[in-house]
Amino acid sequence: MAASTTTVPNAGPVSGSRSFLSKLREGDEIARVVTFLFASTVVLVTILLVLELWHGSSLARHKFGFAFFVTSVWDPIAGDFGALPFIYGTLVTAFVSLAIAVPLGIGAAIFLAELAPQKVSDTLQFFIDLLAAVPSVIYGLLGIFIIVPLMREYIQPFLKATLGFLPLFTGPAYGIGFFTAGIVLAIMVIPYIVSVSREVLLSVPRDQREAALALGSTRWESTWKVVVPFARTGIMGSIFLALARALGETMAVTMVIGNTPTISASLFSPGYSIAAVIANEFSEATGDLYLQSLIELGLVLFILTFILNGLARLLIILTAQRGSEMGRT
Amino acid sequence: MTARLRYRKLVSGFMLGMTGLAALITVAVLFFILGYLVYHGGTSINWDFFTKLPTPVGENGGGMANAIVGSAKLLFLASLIGVPIGFFGGVYLAEFSGGAVAFIVRYAADLLNGVPSIVIGIFAYALVVLPFKHYSTLAGSFALALMMIPITLRSTEQFLQAVPGSLREGAMALGASKSRTIASVVVPAAYRGILTAILLALARVAGETAPLLFTAFGNRFWSPNWSQPTASLPVMIYTYAISPYDDWHRQAWAAGLVLLGLILVVNIVARAILARGVSIPRT
Repeated sequence: MAASTTTVPNAGPVSGSRSFLSKLREGDEIARVVTFLFASTVVLVTILLVLELWHGSSLARHKFGFAFFVTSVWDPIAGDFGALPFIYGTLVTAFVSLAIAVPLGIGAAIFLAELAPQKVSDTLQFFIDLLAAVPSVIYGLLGIFIIVPLMREYIQPFLKATLGFLPLFTGPAYGIGFFTAGIVLAIMVIPYIVSVSREVLLSVPRDQREAALALGSTRWESTWKVVVPFARTGIMGSIFLALARALGETMAVTMVIGNTPTISASLFSPGYSIAAVIANEFSEATGDLYLQSLIELGLVLFILTFILNGLARLLIILTAQRGSEMGRT
Repeated sequence: MTARLRYRKLVSGFMLGMTGLAALITVAVLFFILGYLVYHGGTSINWDFFTKLPTPVGENGGGMANAIVGSAKLLFLASLIGVPIGFFGGVYLAEFSGGAVAFIVRYAADLLNGVPSIVIGIFAYALVVLPFKHYSTLAGSFALALMMIPITLRSTEQFLQAVPGSLREGAMALGASKSRTIASVVVPAAYRGILTAILLALARVAGETAPLLFTAFGNRFWSPNWSQPTASLPVMIYTYAISPYDDWHRQAWAAGLVLLGLILVVNIVARAILARGVSIPRT
């Protein structure tokens, strides 16, 4: 390594403020400029992404306007495009997934943060991190071959028999559809809820717990009435993060949702989602309007996740700050 | 009073038990996934899978050699584009910048990190596929690189910032310039963490399917060069899984096992390196 030959550059008799030129010679300015160029690439790419989505969808935006979001005709041949069934499917599957993932995820996070000994907690967290690393196409694979048959043969008939009086659980049990997609999504987003909620719960100052216990509350009461409310905003953040993931998730949903643009009160009905329709039709879209309508769907997805991610980050930062402030006093 | 207390203790014990159950279910899912993949994939994997091209539609046998090589090519080029941008951008954030610029770069990186992968695909399509007028390995790599950049950037920054200031001061006191300090003291002190982060970023994009659907597309033959469409393992799993052929389902399971195995091994190795302590000397 040539590094050993470093010499002290002597710009002046007294090494006070070195001239710009000598700094340049040492490469400091070059290094700063070069690394700055790389860093600004990230900003540039992000701006370009937004512009591309905006301009790429201009034709569709001008032609359909707001009607795009409230009409449910998707007719590539007639050139008539309305996104309602896709928006509906995206929202319904996301909410089904949250209904399952939130209680499970927060429960698991409470166990990891409050109850389990450090070693157990770290080991379980390690497995949960691995779960987050499983690619979505693998979830889709298991969805098609394991969960869909399971749904069709056992779970959906059972739900129909017991809760069939609700409009949610009616209709033929195909196996595929909103409900199955929601369950696969739930499995996929739980790791995010657990990891972030666990972090947030761990950041709650110790004296909060001790005070509650000293006042005579049981372990659960101190957890549920003191620790969890303290971490509430952060936990909300983890839920928003999970929601953003669920909305943008493509492959697993595409493989189990049924890919039929329907709006139905029944969760057993096959449906469609924004990401799924882009995945299925983008490479086959003929004509500018068709392609641009799909890009507009991408824009919708981008805006939704942008807002949710921003909110999530804000909430998580707020809780962490609150924890460290309280901890200091 | 005691009855009330007994009730409260019962509730406490029950609810705490439920949280344990929730944790158990969550972790059990991982083992179910692994179990099913090993069971279905293990029985369908064979030597042909690694060495042969896919057979024509409807004909049994064949393998995914082209998809394995295709995935490797995609990942190689993606790292070639993504890692330098992420790494040097991270160096800039940690060592050179301050205030507004840093905020904007960080914000952009976090924003990019949250963009759904299918939208990244649309972007890569508009930027690379349309001008060249066909699907290509290059376009797929570009999409994957976009997903690697924010991860690499933020973790490089984080690991560099964890290097104690006294190390920098020590180097500067010996007369090293700032850039020399960074190159020979700060980065070496943090390189293990950064390397781990790059490995995790690679593992993350290795399984991405959505951004490849209309960038790298797919190919049932060898992709001759970087500007032609290429097969990749995740896209193969997708197309084979939704196909009506039993033999393709079998191969989808095999591919799933190979892909997940690789991803989990990289994850475990990376986390093991991290757990053993990132090489930041204590002062």
